[in-house]
Amino acid sequence: MVPFAGYDMPVQYPAGILTEHRHTRADAGLFDVGHMGQAILRGDDVAAALETLVPGDIAGLEEGQIRYTQFTNEAGGILDDLMVTQRGDHLFLVVNAGCKDADYAHIQERLGGRVDLEIIEDRGLIALQGPKAAEILSGHAAGVQEMSFMRLREIEIAGIPCLVSRSGYTGEDGYEISVPNDRAVELAEILLAETAVAPIGLGARDTLRLEAGLCLYGHDIDETTSPIEAGLLWSIGKRRREEGGFLGATRIISEIANKPSRRRVGILPEGRAPARDHAEITDGSKNKIGNITSGGFGPTVNGPIAMGYVAADFAAVDTTLQLTVRGKSLNSKVIKLPFVQQNYYRG
Amino acid sequence: MATVKFTEAHEWISMDGDVGTVGISDYAQAQLGDVVFVEVPDVGAAFKQGEEAAVVESVKAASEVYAPVDGEITEANSALEDNPATVNTDAQGGGWFYKIKVANLGDLDALMDEAAYLAFVETLD
Repeated sequence: MVPFAGYDMPVQYPAGILTEHRHTRADAGLFDVGHMGQAILRGDDVAAALETLVPGDIAGLEEGQIRYTQFTNEAGGILDDLMVTQRGDHLFLVVNAGCKDADYAHIQERLGGRVDLEIIEDRGLIALQGPKAAEILSGHAAGVQEMSFMRLREIEIAGIPCLVSRSGYTGEDGYEISVPNDRAVELAEILLAETAVAPIGLGARDTLRLEAGLCLYGHDIDETTSPIEAGLLWSIGKRRREEGGFLGATRIISEIANKPSRRRVGILPEGRAPARDHAEITDGSKNKIGNITSGGFGPTVNGPIAMGYVAADFAAVDTTLQLTVRGKSLNSKVIKLPFVQQNYYRG
Repeated sequence: MATVKFTEAHEWISMDGDVGTVGISDYAQAQLGDVVFVEVPDVGAAFKQGEEAAVVESVKAASEVYAPVDGEITEANSALEDNPATVNTDAQGGGWFYKIKVANLGDLDALMDEAAYLAFVETLD
């Protein structure tokens, strides 16, 4: 167990990170992600209000549709990344555990008179991820198999009232399930009773998301990195790019037009030695051009993988980079993310 | 039976004449979790006691493996490059890292025997 954002969380279960990772890619893994923040935003113009804090298209969401977006600051950096679901009379937010108090304070400060923020303290969050997730969950709940990626529905699972999202942080098909606290253990036990489901700790959660090319807040994105530098332009709708109207829009729209000076890229080190976060990236003449922000061993890739920021001139696929690991220079090259193909259910 | 000694940094050294075989303890491999990379020293390299002589990386993190005594490397276990998981499955056997010609055999007296090491490990949990 390790302390994580004020919670005691398992890095791994007895099976270990490699086995847990492979199990999730082959069958299904169960993750307790109840440390994440869940909240409700209400108000007459709640979508327009939230759009002043995020570059994602919130007004254009259909009921039950989920958007990945970021809270930006005035300098165009990222305060947190989050999921926003349109729930008819309100928006449902899921934010990072380590940022949630600051996020809620930010919403209150910026939107206090305009929206009502209700922090949900009585619900847990469980993720079921992997190619067998849909088949397993459909054994306990009606209608989950045909749900599309990035859609949410209110569904009873084995009689437990849940908010079921077809989404996740592994690159695999799967669900994130918001469940009342007093039924969360019951739900976890029902799912873990399935032979194809194993419990997965923080260690494999990290290797799975890294292989999927997904950002970890505080590592791959932070208050200094813009969504454009981070390669998250896809999460900013056309209307938002044209209209702006969110914190940091000046920098972000300028970077869309003029290209950012650095970019987040996937990096494949040669050989077997992992390069971890903070490792320095240099060009062939030993000039520093960036840093690794996430790196380690990719169990499905079966070798070292990394992500980091490099000066824009070095961001093209197949560009050769040098990584400094324990004083030695490792050859590596830029690759197109993700490292492992994403298997989302598009219907 | 060969003399096996342990350090507080969880290395073991098994003596055969004046050459010791060095690895990490079973306790250490269990703490590290799945080992995915091992860097062993070059033959001929000399180390002082406590200097970093090898590196072991699990999925979680990189850790240094220190020289338990002063000496010179006579052999490295290159098989670990292709099969680093041997450190998990056989830490105190096939998962050895390197062999070192011990400069001062008296250095070994300061290290723990297995019973003392296991008692030391008990105090860590």
